[in-house]
Amino acid sequence: MNRGHVYRKILGRIMEGVCLVAAVIAVLPLFTFLWHLFAQGFSSLSFSMFTQLPMPPGELGGGMKNAILGSVLVVGLATVVGIPVGIGAAIFMTEFAGPTIASALRFACDVLSGIPSIVMGLLAYQIVVVPMHHFSAVSGSVALAFIMLPVVVITTQEMLYLVPHSLREAGHALGIPTWRIASSIILRAAAPGVLTGMILSVSRIAGETAPMLFTAFGNPYLSLDPKSPISTLPHMIFNYAISPYDDWHRLAWGGALLLVLGILGATLLSRFILWWHQRSLNT
Amino acid sequence: MDLPTTEKPGSRSPGPVAPPKAPTHAMPPLSLSARVPDADAPPPVPEEPRRPLATRFPKRSSGRTADLIFRLATGACAAAVAGLIVVAIVFMVRGSIPAFKDHGLGAILSPEWDPTNQKYGALTFLFGTAYTSLIGMMIALPLGVLTAVALVEILPHSLSKVISLAVELLAAIPSVLLGLWGIFTLVPLVRSFEVSIYKSPLGLKNIPIFSGSPMGVGFLAAGLLLAIMALPFILSVTREVLLQVPVSQREAAYALGATRWQAIYNYILPYSWKGIFGAGLLGLARVLGETMAVTMVIGNTPQIKASLFASGYTLASVIANEFTEAPSILAISALISLGLILLVVSILLNAAARLMLIYLGRGSSSPREAK
Amino acid sequence: MTSRTFIRAGLAALLMAPLAFAQTISVSGAGGTFIYPLASKWFHEYNVLHPNIQINYQSIGSGGGIRQFSVERTVDFGETDGPMNDQQLGEAKIKPIMHLPLALGGVVPIYNLSVHGLRFSGETLANIYLGKVVMWDDAAIAKDNPGVKLPAEPINIVHRADGSGTTYTWVDFLSKVSPDFHKKIGVGTSVTWPVGLGGKGNEGVAGLVRQTPGAIGYVELIYALQNKIAYAPVKNTAGEYVNASLETVSAAAATAQIPADYRVSITNPPGKGAYPISTFTWILASPALPDQTKKKAIHDFLVWALTKGQSYSKDLGYAPLPKKLVDRELKDVAKLQ
Repeated sequence: MNRGHVYRKILGRIMEGVCLVAAVIAVLPLFTFLWHLFAQGFSSLSFSMFTQLPMPPGELGGGMKNAILGSVLVVGLATVVGIPVGIGAAIFMTEFAGPTIASALRFACDVLSGIPSIVMGLLAYQIVVVPMHHFSAVSGSVALAFIMLPVVVITTQEMLYLVPHSLREAGHALGIPTWRIASSIILRAAAPGVLTGMILSVSRIAGETAPMLFTAFGNPYLSLDPKSPISTLPHMIFNYAISPYDDWHRLAWGGALLLVLGILGATLLSRFILWWHQRSLNT
Repeated sequence: MDLPTTEKPGSRSPGPVAPPKAPTHAMPPLSLSARVPDADAPPPVPEEPRRPLATRFPKRSSGRTADLIFRLATGACAAAVAGLIVVAIVFMVRGSIPAFKDHGLGAILSPEWDPTNQKYGALTFLFGTAYTSLIGMMIALPLGVLTAVALVEILPHSLSKVISLAVELLAAIPSVLLGLWGIFTLVPLVRSFEVSIYKSPLGLKNIPIFSGSPMGVGFLAAGLLLAIMALPFILSVTREVLLQVPVSQREAAYALGATRWQAIYNYILPYSWKGIFGAGLLGLARVLGETMAVTMVIGNTPQIKASLFASGYTLASVIANEFTEAPSILAISALISLGLILLVVSILLNAAARLMLIYLGRGSSSPREAK
Repeated sequence: MTSRTFIRAGLAALLMAPLAFAQTISVSGAGGTFIYPLASKWFHEYNVLHPNIQINYQSIGSGGGIRQFSVERTVDFGETDGPMNDQQLGEAKIKPIMHLPLALGGVVPIYNLSVHGLRFSGETLANIYLGKVVMWDDAAIAKDNPGVKLPAEPINIVHRADGSGTTYTWVDFLSKVSPDFHKKIGVGTSVTWPVGLGGKGNEGVAGLVRQTPGAIGYVELIYALQNKIAYAPVKNTAGEYVNASLETVSAAAATAQIPADYRVSITNPPGKGAYPISTFTWILASPALPDQTKKKAIHDFLVWALTKGQSYSKDLGYAPLPKKLVDRELKDVAKLQ
């Protein structure tokens, strides 16, 4: 072995070490975040968070009932619109569109998914809030639907694409109408993946705050009226986090823990569904 | 969050080997960038014709109308999704017109923002957005690429799966929660760091990028949070790009006597630089429009300062903070015009990044973005 | 039952839910964070007394309240501690707009320092916010605080990032005591600050000062009290260093001549024992509001707030309105019927 080789080897080992250190640093944020989240939030997760309305500033106690239910309503309304339209678009892309249109649509979705959520909020403000002359839950849902659409389309399309062509051919051979093939055969075959996409898109919009600032706007009371302003969980967490009240900080961590449990649970659930489906296909 | 990509087996490096003795006969020169078909890549999935079978209507009498309706309905959905980009551009331009008519594009480049007194200069926000994104990318890009290298080349498969899952879960965390963590955990840490530099006997506080009062909030804290948010994207795209490097490249490197690092540094990374660049663009597009976490830690001061310690303001933050209480319709329009800037830049960056990745042959199997 | 039936039932229930709230009268308002602790206490208590009336108040800053109510017309009433000027009243899309005082409060300087018991004169505060005084051990601060050992640390200034009546009161006072400040920064709900961090709302400023060592800011008194942040007495025209309190804020209002439309500034008043950075805070309401039920609800609430509601002011650090002023106001409130 000559000196040059030793030098190369040592340099190589050092640089590989640097890469390993990078990998360790890369996982640090997640673990520190989760650690603090659980440490701070666990103590404030209580029944009252779900059953009580917020108290005026400076008074102790109170909960986030209106924000939790508000989030459910706003996300629910967005899902009711976003998922059918998204799945419909994905079906069109895989079953009916030619290769150019399909790739153009896919490109459009990729670009759409990169648009900042606050811009979608501005869009919903102009489209819904201004004509209605007041803030509303429905305008928040519109903003969230805009955000969730490309996510649903992309995941559904990828799942539908994975379904082997032979299934379609078999359907046509049997004389089944195309719409029936798409809905009963292809969609059903891709169901676990499509379900995964739905879960992921919902968990994506559940944490959105920026659009809510000037669409749903917030409401200290419990309101389930789509045409009135409504409070959502991430918005309330934001307001509490930047406030000076310790009690509100505690509630913010509790709400954050709730949100993270929901989102991480949904992410892991979707991976589990895919893994289980994969396994059942292979056995 | 990553879609279930099919990892190609056999793409892992065989590990460092002892360098062979110098060849005794002349070998034909190997072109490093030749895309030689891989001998031990798995047989490709049979390329199914993408021509849809449903182009012709069935000749049966029944089901034709239903097919037509179905096709129109799904076509309408697709048109709606594609039209959304057009709608977004149209409405944002429409909303910005009063502002443009009032003070034109040039005025946006002035550094004075004071809507109550009719001043709409956005230069401080453009600077803040650019500066925080720059800090974020300067941290996330090297970190992401080195981590991807570690995951693909160095670490065993099981460990790298766990680590990439951990980093991808980071992408699922909403921005407001990272901001919450930022306020109570990161900012005090950044402040202690800044205080130590401020009090440093070496006089470090006189260096321009360390000048100013150590507050904790400011460009550095915002840049760190943005780095955390860009990291999952850069990591997953770079990982996929590295996995696509053909085994023959690596074999060529080892055949020529390279150490593992030399193979990585001289062969694999240069091969993938376009993909890494695309990953960087995607990460940049992600952090430019980032609102909540930045708003919570940047200090909300419209100013242009080079120091990391200084507080600043970004385009997205000023919209978030001032939209609901802008003093006039003109101010609202000015804020919408800032949103238009964000929209146009994000569309251009995303389009450029995607085109770059498509050109590489990765096509559309790209990772999904969180907010 | 099949899953389809479940889904249908669920959708039907969701669509019917709004009907359950038909009898509720929902009034929305927007305005300053200055009054927010007292206002939210009022709305909470009023809702306990009248469960079918829900008043939803969003504290987005006085500037926003003025705009949302007078121009955008997205809310039923506004609230501000910086009164609308004539130009804003002229541009309003709903007329006439009444300014009705709800409470009296004081804006206090708050600080986060290892040293306590500091006091400030108006000129010092003006020079700090002008960026002329940058260190805590500056001669100007030492002059206000003889014998106090001040740390050699930089001052981290915090101001409001949003359009704020609290800012209005603060800069109104500073412009009166410092011609330099008046020239360079001026008066308004939103001004161009040469230096400093921006907090969102009174809460944001309080939060930033609490978390940033060496910081100075300005908030309504209750925010300093509730969060146990050190606040300083300010020098008034009589040369006394006065702390904000019920008595001193009321003393500031006592000498004021209140015009018919109630728009008046009471900063830097003459007289002993008066706190120099005091202000009224007003609700913006209009008899021209189209929805009669909401107008009646606002009227009924105001009558309660100006009478029984005033008993809550003291506990939250606001001064109750003088009786004579309330009697005058109730006559104007009657116009909202």
